[in-house]
Amino acid sequence: MSEYGLNEIRGGMKLIIDNDPCVVVDNEFVKPGKGQAFNRLRYRNLKTGRVIERTYKSGDSIPAADVIEIDAQYLYGDGTTWNFMATETYEQYALHEAEVSDAKLWLKEQCECKLTLWNGAPILVVPPIFVNLKIVETDPGVKGDTAGGGGKPAKLESGAIVRIPLFIQEGEVIKVDTRTGEYVSRAKE
Amino acid sequence: MNPWQPSASLSHLKIRARILKQIRDFFNARGVLEVETPLMCHTSVTDPFIESIPALFKAHPHEKELRYYLQTSPEYAMKRLLAAGCGAIYQITKSFRQGEVGRLHNPEFTMIEWYQPGFDHHALMNEMDELLQLILETPRAKRLSYADMFQTYLMIDVNTASIDDLKTCALKENIQLAGDLYNRDSWLIFLMTHLIEPRFDHTQPFFIYDFPVSQAALARIQPGHPPTAARFEVYFRGIELANGFYELQDAHEQRKRFENNLEERKALGLNTLPIDELFLDALMHGLPDCSGVALGLDRLVMLATKCTNIADILSFDFSRV
Repeated sequence: MSEYGLNEIRGGMKLIIDNDPCVVVDNEFVKPGKGQAFNRLRYRNLKTGRVIERTYKSGDSIPAADVIEIDAQYLYGDGTTWNFMATETYEQYALHEAEVSDAKLWLKEQCECKLTLWNGAPILVVPPIFVNLKIVETDPGVKGDTAGGGGKPAKLESGAIVRIPLFIQEGEVIKVDTRTGEYVSRAKE
Repeated sequence: MNPWQPSASLSHLKIRARILKQIRDFFNARGVLEVETPLMCHTSVTDPFIESIPALFKAHPHEKELRYYLQTSPEYAMKRLLAAGCGAIYQITKSFRQGEVGRLHNPEFTMIEWYQPGFDHHALMNEMDELLQLILETPRAKRLSYADMFQTYLMIDVNTASIDDLKTCALKENIQLAGDLYNRDSWLIFLMTHLIEPRFDHTQPFFIYDFPVSQAALARIQPGHPPTAARFEVYFRGIELANGFYELQDAHEQRKRFENNLEERKALGLNTLPIDELFLDALMHGLPDCSGVALGLDRLVMLATKCTNIADILSFDFSRV
């Protein structure tokens, strides 16, 4: 297995730390005038999403993780597995709760996602930044409200609950930002 | 930006030039003599954690190479001048350190180093404070002894704390370290960089003085309970800016410290280099009672320009040379 010395590690590199695949956020060289050289490494655990800071001695090295990101289409799910197909190879992947995590709230059949594979196995799915989803449940709006001050909750076909303006009605299709989980606009046809 | 272009903006280079002039005016007004000493010498520092960059010299293209070293600081040569009776001196010089590249480090950097005969480290701290007030327009520096600093920021008694106490402290403060450190001083320095330095308030420079004797470097030991090393360091806004000593004069003690360094280097699997006998001869001849300090010019310019990366104030940083 290949390793990277602390001095060659840059943001974006994929490493195995504590047996988990991680992506480097940043790596700062710390050297007190008369003291030992350190590297202060910040990395995101790709499985848990947590960002961790850990100090290494500058001479240390860390194993590289065979992590790649591929384009994949979401096919269907049954509540226990979520099935995707790689856009390029047509290979299919069945993901479970742990891997789909919060992304499942935004998945609609045929939407284009990013799958992260570690040693060929999926560990993470990222939905498109913007998705169009139908409102399946919301209270009737108040007449006259156009821009929406407070808004109201709405349940979407994918299961997510977002706040929408009062004038949007059940059955309409809206555009949502999956990074923040916020309503953007009515979906354009 | 293209790699041929400077890493610093022209406005930063102008500020750098202004600061260089201010420093020369400051020392000229005090009658401190500007000197230059060799950048390439037959040996270099023995500190376990300072690596010198070798430079190879040949008397003739067909002769064998002689190993010289780019100097990590002008300290030994300047002390030889002091022993020769030059009086107060300063130098603005390039210094070189192997492997040091980062947000606050460039392997080739500029150091301001000066020596004042008749000064102890407190008198030199006064002078350093005046220089910082002039260039950075700072209020008077806060002064704190090393022991008080550990007590104030971490409630640690630096004289009695064991390695386990220091480890427990790091753990309690949620500081993760991969692996272990090899001695007590390494742990003290680790806690200092990770937990104390970031907590210094940013309104004034911090002068930390009277270090544990195990971190004396080239400082004399002063009596006390316990004895301490007459050494100080300067910190401001997350940047280690300077390191000074009330200089050790005793040649025998100095030789012992070099030998200890070399033992430590061997134990760490590092190369060893010859002890600088010319420097020791100068000490035998007699170094005047004096204090000296080295101040990083690049970091001073970073503070003056509020830059966070050393590349922003260097004409060409290490990625462009």
